[in-house]
Amino acid sequence: MEDLVNNLRSIITVIGLLCFLGICYWAFSKHARAGFDEAAQLPLTDDDLPASPAEKEGKTNG
Amino acid sequence: MQSQATYNYKVVRQFAIMTVVWGIVGMLVGVIVAAQLVWPELNVLEFLSFGRLRPLHTNAVIFAFGGCALFATSFYVVQRTCHTKLFAPGLAAFVFWGWQLVIVLAALTLPLGITTGKEYAELEWPIDILITVIWVAYAIVFFGTIAVRKVSHIYVANWFYGAFIIAVALLHIFNSAEWPVSLLKSYSAYAGVQDAMVQWWYGHNAVGFFLTAAFLGMMYYFVPKQADRPIFSYRLSVVHFWALIFTYMWAGPHHLHYTALPDWAQSVGMLFSLILLAPSWGGMINGIMTLSGAWHKLRTDPILKFLITSLSFYGMSTFEGPMMSVKSVNALSHYTDWTIGHVHSGALGWVAFIAIGSIYFLLPRLYGKTEMYSTKLINTHFWIATVGIVLYIASMWISGVMQGLMWRATNADGTLTYSFAEGVKASYPFWTIRFVGGTLFLVGMLIMFYNMIKTIAGEKAYNAPVVAPAAAHA
Ligand code: HEM
Ligand code: HEM
Repeated sequence: MEDLVNNLRSIITVIGLLCFLGICYWAFSKHARAGFDEAAQLPLTDDDLPASPAEKEGKTNG
Repeated sequence: MQSQATYNYKVVRQFAIMTVVWGIVGMLVGVIVAAQLVWPELNVLEFLSFGRLRPLHTNAVIFAFGGCALFATSFYVVQRTCHTKLFAPGLAAFVFWGWQLVIVLAALTLPLGITTGKEYAELEWPIDILITVIWVAYAIVFFGTIAVRKVSHIYVANWFYGAFIIAVALLHIFNSAEWPVSLLKSYSAYAGVQDAMVQWWYGHNAVGFFLTAAFLGMMYYFVPKQADRPIFSYRLSVVHFWALIFTYMWAGPHHLHYTALPDWAQSVGMLFSLILLAPSWGGMINGIMTLSGAWHKLRTDPILKFLITSLSFYGMSTFEGPMMSVKSVNALSHYTDWTIGHVHSGALGWVAFIAIGSIYFLLPRLYGKTEMYSTKLINTHFWIATVGIVLYIASMWISGVMQGLMWRATNADGTLTYSFAEGVKASYPFWTIRFVGGTLFLVGMLIMFYNMIKTIAGEKAYNAPVVAPAAAHA
């Protein structure tokens, strides 16, 4: 029993490491590049300043 | 226009304002406990004695100040980056009022001495249950909003917030497992060294996920936004995220060096703490380098100063932490003011600074304005707070190393060179400097409060219209 638990612990640790290395491989692959560039723009393409008075009509008492 | 759907800013507004309010309360209690160490006669009533107020300070700054900042920013960021309003707004309102109730209950029970005695998890079992319910509601609102998002990507900030929500749920449930013996008293379900290990698995990951991962979520949104540049490397942010997730959970034993915890477990904790340096610094570099090519903005924009300086303190405390987790260094630093210095370089320099910068960013937007009442006052706040931090952590480093050296000094015949009280006496000047530094930091928060009131007084609350994703425009 003890052995089994310890083996499981080692196996999980190794699986964790492999998962992480896999993620790194994926992150550095050319394939992921375009999606990353797009995602990185998400906060910036979103204009969150109340620019025009018309927009300000969104005002409520909430 | 008018009939158009608007983002739910109300809950963001409420949490943003309470961040400043609880920040002042929690730091005031911090200044009081700092004063009590210098002038012990200030321990007048048992309810207001150091031992009762200290946990009130930690709970107020971490869970009330830090917590409100995280709720405010995560609810804002998830709506803006998903281009949709909050899922289940009724639950979001429940999260706000429920969390305020938890804070009030903490402020009542801790001074009364009602505590489980587990650091950062002192609140008794009925409050623990309330926290669990609120947290589930929070998770539903946050992940629900992500589920109904209008863009395909889940922006990296949301990954950090999401990991924080899941990890804190796990930590809270396992560490709060306890047997109630009455309405106000419970005992831990664990005993002995297991109890210690569960407690510091919790304690360390509260630092890792509450005070770090979640505030990194803030960093990944507000730094690019305020600098008006995309994050330096999105790829690095993905690797940063997973590296933190895979390593943080194992580092807890560095809080239990030279205890009854098996030696191998201490070594594992030390090893993983050393590894943690790499992803932490990766994240710091990613944030700071976002500014490359636009460094001039730092000179004129005090909000950016808060955000970028916070990253430098993050780098400092995540360099110091791995060093302190080396067993031979910990033999010197443990139980001394060095730990307190490390804590506050993280807490004031990183957590408070990034939160303050983000709240300054949010407040005007929540009232339909483009900037705070006074940018000059933000600058004043920045400098007063920075001087405060430097005084605080420099004094603690010196007193910490001094205490450690005095405690271990022995005479030729093996007797101790100094009695404990001599170490206490030698610490007084440094505790006084810390008191001054802390007071300056608190003054900065009061300036922020004034600036906030001036910004929002007479203004109507504003809920911005939901914006269609950029791709739909093109
Ligand atoms: C005006 C600002 C502050 C002052 C004057 C202050 C002061 C203090 C003092 C005197 C202690 C007790 C030290 C001891 O037992 O020797 C303490 C502990 C602590 N404070 Fe603060 N504090 C401030 C702000 C903060 C903030 C903003 C945070 C977190 C975000 C924070 C987190 C903590 C934590 C976690 C501890 C416990 C440390 C440990 O047990 O090792 N503090 N603080
Ligand atoms: C790579 C990152 C980090 C590592 C490896 C690390 C390591 C450590 C170590 C070794 C201790 C001393 C334990 C002891 O002797 O009792 C400690 C204490 C502490 N650290 Fe860190 N640290 C890191 C980052 C941070 C950050 C960013 C913060 C805050 C925002 C923080 C907050 C704390 C707190 C609150 C304590 C005191 C716990 C207590 O005893 O009450 N740490 N850390």
